[in-house]
Amino acid sequence: MLEIRGLRGGYGQVEVLRGISMSIGAGEIVAVLGSNGAGKSTLNNTLCGIVPAFSGQVRFDGHDVTRSRYTDIVAAGLIQVPEGRRIFPNLTVLENLALGSYLRGRAKREQNIERVFAIFPRLGERVAQRAGTLSGGEQQMLAIGRGLMGEPRLLILDEPSLGLSPLLVEEVFDLIRRLNDEGLTILLVEQNVGQSLAIAGRAFVMENGAIVFTGTPGELLANSDLKRAYLGI
Amino acid sequence: MKDLIALIVFGIVVAALPLFVSSGFVLNIVIMTLYAALLGQAWNILGGFGGQFSFGHAVFFGTGAYAAAVLQVKFGWNAWAALPAAVALGAAVGAFIGALSFRYGLRGSYFALVTLAFAEVFRILSNTFDFTGAGVGLMIPLTESAGNFQFTSRTGFLYVILGFTLAACLVAWWLKHSRYGAWLQAVRDNEESAAALGVNVFRVKLGATMISGALMSAGGVFYVQYFHYIDPHIAYGPGVSIEALLAPIVGGIGTLFGPLLGAAALHLFGELTRSFMGDAPGISLMVYGLLLVLMVTFLPRGIMGLLSGSPPVRKGGSRA
Ligand SMILES: Nc1ncnc2c1ncn2[C@@H]1O[C@H](COP(=O)(O)OP(=O)(O)O)[C@@H](O)[C@H]1O
Ligand SMILES: [Mg+2]
Repeated sequence: MLEIRGLRGGYGQVEVLRGISMSIGAGEIVAVLGSNGAGKSTLNNTLCGIVPAFSGQVRFDGHDVTRSRYTDIVAAGLIQVPEGRRIFPNLTVLENLALGSYLRGRAKREQNIERVFAIFPRLGERVAQRAGTLSGGEQQMLAIGRGLMGEPRLLILDEPSLGLSPLLVEEVFDLIRRLNDEGLTILLVEQNVGQSLAIAGRAFVMENGAIVFTGTPGELLANSDLKRAYLGI
Repeated sequence: MKDLIALIVFGIVVAALPLFVSSGFVLNIVIMTLYAALLGQAWNILGGFGGQFSFGHAVFFGTGAYAAAVLQVKFGWNAWAALPAAVALGAAVGAFIGALSFRYGLRGSYFALVTLAFAEVFRILSNTFDFTGAGVGLMIPLTESAGNFQFTSRTGFLYVILGFTLAACLVAWWLKHSRYGAWLQAVRDNEESAAALGVNVFRVKLGATMISGALMSAGGVFYVQYFHYIDPHIAYGPGVSIEALLAPIVGGIGTLFGPLLGAAALHLFGELTRSFMGDAPGISLMVYGLLLVLMVTFLPRGIMGLLSGSPPVRKGGSRA
C-alpha cells in the first residue's frame, strides 16, 4: 500500500532523513521505533507532503505522491494524527470532528461521528464542549477520532501514547488493534517499545534519520545488542 | 440561527432610530460607532477568526479611501461606482501582503510587523505622489445628493454604514457556520494539525486577508464620503490601525458580536472621558492604552467572555 524508496528530506538545507526505504502492506500494523530526534515525525510529515522530500520516492496505492501537495495526499486517504494531541482548542468537540471530514468522508459524516462516539463514549458526552477544556486523554481520543473521520486508508499515528496514564495507554493500544482488526492499515510511530511490538506485525527502528533494523517483533526482541543500543531496554 | 436573528433585530432597531431621534449629535455618535464596528469586524475576521494579528490595517483602509477619492477627483467617477473598485483594490492589497507574508511563513509578531511596515510604506508613498495630493491630501468636491453618496442628512449615512457593518457581521456569521470558516479557525488554533487534515493553510489565510482588506477599504470609502477629505496621516497613520483592533479586543476577539459591543463600549467610554477630562490632547490615547492593558490582563476574551463565562484557551494551548 505504501512504498518508500531512498527517501531523503529535511528542513531547508538540513537533511534529517538520510535515505529511508520501507513498505507497508494493506491490513498491516507497522511500528516505527526510535529515540527522540531520530526523525520519526519528520518521516511522517514528509510522507504527508507537509515537509518536502529532497529525493527518493513515496508511492501510495501505486501512485507516486512524492511531490504531491499535502491536500491531495489527505484526499487520497493517507491521514496522520500528529504527535502531541494537536486538537483545535477553541472549537467544540463536534467542530473538531467535522474538520476531519471536509476532504474525505463527507457523505458518511453523521455515521462516522456516531462511530467515533461509539469508540469513545466520553467524547459523545462532550459534543458541545470546547476541546481545549478536555483532559489530556480525551484530547488524544479526539485527535484520533478526528483522523478517523476522514476514512483513512492508511492511518499514521505519531506517538499516540505520549504523556498518557498507563491505563489510557492500554486503552489506546487496544483501540489500535481493534481498528486494525476492522481492516485499517496503520503506521504506528512510538517510543513505547513493549506495547508497540505486542500489536505490530513488523517493526522498523530508526536512528539519526536512517533505518537500522527491519524485521518482526520477535527478531527485534531477540537482538539484545540492538535493543540496548537504540531502544534503551 | 439565534445569532442571525439577533443580528437582524439589531439592524431593524438601528434602522428605526431616525424615526425617534433627530439629534444630529446622537446620530453622529451612532454612525461613528457603527463605523468603528465595521473596522473592528474587518480586523476581527483576519485577527479573531484567522489568528493573524495585524498592526497595520490602515493599509487597507487608506487604500479604499484613496481609491474612492482619486477616482472621483482625478477621473470624475461617481462615488457609488468607485465603491466596488475601492473594495476590490483593498482585497488586492490583501492578496499581495498575504501572499508575501504567508509564502515566507511569517506568523505572529512577524506578520504584525509586516502589516505595520506596509502601512508606513503606503503612507510615505501617498505623501510623495501628486495624484494622491501628496502631503496636502485630497478634498472631494461637495455635491450633496444620495446619487453621489453624499447625503444631505445624517440618516442617509446611517443607513449606508449600517448596511456595511451588517454585511461585515454577516461575513463573520458565515465564518462561524461554513466549511471555510471552520478551516480558518482550525488554522488559527493549530496550523500543523489543520495541514494534517488536508486544509490548504496558505489559501485559507490568504482568503481571510482579502476579505478583511475588502471590508476595511469599504470603511475607508465611507470615511471619505462622510468627511470629504483624506490625507496620508489619516489614511495610513497608526490611528486607524489601532481603532480597528481596539473594538474586537474590548468586545471579544473571534466572536460575532465582539466588535459591535466593543465599538459601543469604546464610544460610550470616549464620550464619558471627554466630558470628564475635556479634550486635552493625548489624554484619550493614554486612557485607551490603559484600558487596553486592563482588558488584555483581566478580560482576554473581552466583554463576550464576560457574558459567556467560559475561560480563555490560549492559542495552540492545551490544558492537559
Ligand atoms: N520544524 C523543524 N525545523 C528544523 N528542524 C527540525 C524541525 N522539526 C524537527 N527538526 C529536527 O529534525 C530532527 C528529527 O526530529 P523529529 O523528526 O521530530 O524526531 P522524532 O519525531 O523522532 O523525535 C531533530 O534533529 C530536530 O531537531
Ligand atoms: Mg516525533
